[in-house]
Amino acid sequence: MIPEIGHFALIIAFCLAFVQTLVPLLGAQTHTAQWMAVAKPAARGQLLFIAISYACLTYSFIIDDFSVLYVANNSNTALPLHYKVSAVWGAHEGSLLLWVLMLGIWTVAVTVFSSSLPRDMVARVLGVMGFVSVGFLLFTLLTSNPFERIFPTPAEGRDLNPLLQDPGLVIHPPMLYMGYVGFSVAFAFAIAALLGGKLDSIWARWSRPWVISAWVSLTIGITLGSWWAYHELGWGGWWFWDPVENASFMPWLVGTALVHSLAVTDKRSSLKNWTVLLAILAFSLSLLGTFLVRSGVLVSVHAFATDPARGLYILIFLAVVVGGSLILYAIRAPYIKSSGQFEIFSRETALLINNVLLLVATLTILVGTLYPLFVSALNLPSLSVGKPYFDLVFSALTLPLVLVVGIGPFMRWKSTPINQVSKRLLKIAAIGLAIGLVLPVMVAGRNTILVTLGAALGAWSIMSAVYYLFKNIRLTEHGTHILHRIRKIPHAIWGMSVAHLGVGVFVLGVTFVSAFEQVRELPMQVGQEAELSGYLFRFDGVRDVQGPNYFSKQASVRVSKNGEPVALLLPEKRTYLVQQNPMTEAGIDSGFLRDVYVALGEQIDDRTWGMRLYYKPFVQWIWLGAMLMAAGGVLAASDRRYRLKLKRRRKAEAQDFHEQQVTAVS
Amino acid sequence: MSSRLRLFRDVGMSKYLLPVILFFVLTSFLFVGLYRDPTEVSSPLVGKPVPQFSLPRLDNSEALFSEREFLGKVSLLNVWASWCVACLEEHPVLSELANRNAIIIYGLNYKDDVTKARQYLVKHGNPYLVNAVDASGRVGIEWGVYGVPETFVVDKKGVIRYKHIGVVTQQDVDEKLLPLIGQLQSEVL
Repeated sequence: MIPEIGHFALIIAFCLAFVQTLVPLLGAQTHTAQWMAVAKPAARGQLLFIAISYACLTYSFIIDDFSVLYVANNSNTALPLHYKVSAVWGAHEGSLLLWVLMLGIWTVAVTVFSSSLPRDMVARVLGVMGFVSVGFLLFTLLTSNPFERIFPTPAEGRDLNPLLQDPGLVIHPPMLYMGYVGFSVAFAFAIAALLGGKLDSIWARWSRPWVISAWVSLTIGITLGSWWAYHELGWGGWWFWDPVENASFMPWLVGTALVHSLAVTDKRSSLKNWTVLLAILAFSLSLLGTFLVRSGVLVSVHAFATDPARGLYILIFLAVVVGGSLILYAIRAPYIKSSGQFEIFSRETALLINNVLLLVATLTILVGTLYPLFVSALNLPSLSVGKPYFDLVFSALTLPLVLVVGIGPFMRWKSTPINQVSKRLLKIAAIGLAIGLVLPVMVAGRNTILVTLGAALGAWSIMSAVYYLFKNIRLTEHGTHILHRIRKIPHAIWGMSVAHLGVGVFVLGVTFVSAFEQVRELPMQVGQEAELSGYLFRFDGVRDVQGPNYFSKQASVRVSKNGEPVALLLPEKRTYLVQQNPMTEAGIDSGFLRDVYVALGEQIDDRTWGMRLYYKPFVQWIWLGAMLMAAGGVLAASDRRYRLKLKRRRKAEAQDFHEQQVTAVS
Repeated sequence: MSSRLRLFRDVGMSKYLLPVILFFVLTSFLFVGLYRDPTEVSSPLVGKPVPQFSLPRLDNSEALFSEREFLGKVSLLNVWASWCVACLEEHPVLSELANRNAIIIYGLNYKDDVTKARQYLVKHGNPYLVNAVDASGRVGIEWGVYGVPETFVVDKKGVIRYKHIGVVTQQDVDEKLLPLIGQLQSEVL
């Protein structure tokens, strides 16, 4: 009975989404207040019914109702409770349900925080979000119903994919979806503005915290995914450029561009067209990512032949939403006036360079990801498109980007006299270069031109962010206590500095780990020792460990350096009982400056096992940097000018004035 | 240095049409991709030794299958999965090859459920000498697999000599695989 209630609630939610799309959009077009007023209650009702539906599916998982096909395929009585709850989004049907739930939550959040906005604007925004919801709910109901029953009911479920039985991967999809779906808010605002023909900077100011929040979720989601791959796949890698990863990285890059161009549109009323286009693109790439992952078009040529309906549906939906938006853009954009003009040396230009680099990076990844499709459709001669292509192209684009990251904050809006900025920054650049030359030698005893470049740019970005903060503290209310002055600095400035600092930390991490990591793959006998980068690994043997739904071979490896014990690592090889899949759990001793990483390979004979030993300098800096970027986003989104509705304009102006002063004095 | 950047101003509509045109080009590729018939694409891995890997065997997850197995004989590696409809199509062709003892066929069971894979082999027959289980698809990435099925021909030195994408038909066997295998088997190690 419960699954049927869930299914029925989903149908009601679909009907409400339909109403939420049609009535307010018509109302806004015909200026009918009652019709526009339908948007809010419809959106809230929709969320209520999606939540009921979601709760029903969760309940079916908790009580092991294997008469529901989706539960039978993705759960098992032996599965621990928290994984039963997270198994709801463990496969296709349930993850769609999570998608629409997230969309419902974001939509209701818009209804709550939009009271200060014009009524027709709100109606249009909610209408557009309703349309997206209609598309996904219809897709779920027609092709991917999670409540489908099977008869006869199996006695036991087939268990959750063991890859997903990990805390990191439990929160990874919801964070990603939060990000994907979050971009729908900016998208809806852009479309509403284009529909209404009114594109002012209020639109930009209002979208900023939403875009930043979505971007933060996506950042955390991608970081978790990467961290999980490092821990679970046993290859010591943190990014593989596989299509599924790229699908989440492309919206992130465009989202990053959007965060920056919104600042220009908000503060200077310029680049409006560009910002609108980015808002459309960020969400389009989120949809495309969903298409690529969900249709299987890239995973397997033929996986989809079993059910081409799904792929075709998403493709048509993609064509309607994205194609429709871009046509609307082509019609309306020529009439949008951007008022603020700017000169070559200005913050606008710096942000434009940032945007162009990020967009080109996105395009190269898009081309690389879809390359197999192009090749087979056009019968082109094959070239290698894989990690080497992505590594090369992406670093070539990232390095100039990091250079601009260090300069941008010191540029003033509209125009900047060069010599005002250059003196201090040249000093920082010189110190950065010195660090680039010396630090790699201290870390690894050697250096190359590329490593120097990477380390110098990382250090440059960190120092420039710290210097920018320092300058702001010095300029705030002379004579008062230092803590008071620190508190006075707007969150936006903290946010930007912390995020840019994170970029530097990330670049340093990537540079050092890719240049200086050490790997040894070897068979080890019990009692045998092996040396890597000054660390001594002693293999003490393997024992059997029994988990709730798996059994495991757990090796014990003692690591020491110069005779001092460093860590006891317990890498595992798990076999999950139901699906019989082997899974690695790497044994890792993480440190600020290095990780020591052991993965247990295969058993060779009674006393000998294959082992992979890694020494990974600065690898934690990769995720630390990414989390600092996310933290910067949180700070920026919490800036008081977004929170205070009253006196908002005055505060914002005061802050603009403050920034002008800061940059003027440098 | 006061040249004003009049970006995004005073331009016609044509520029604004560019995104939508690009998008529909992309969409048509995606559409073709949904239904495409994979034609053969020469792989960058052809001429290179097989990538190093080590995977559990399908028949016994305690035992191992690694690149060393390819040494000393000519063999095929067939990438397949139980969810792959096209694999079923080429299955009789592979079984026929195996029955004639024409060549050793290894399988790479790609992103599959082990139970389903075993059932598949019980139901449709097992042409493979050994199957490696690549549940996460990482080894598939090393091999440059981007679709299932794919079939690699590996020579006695463990070097990949040919890659066939998509279903192996009887015609492919007669015209491409068997002549190539004959030639490779006559090579001196």
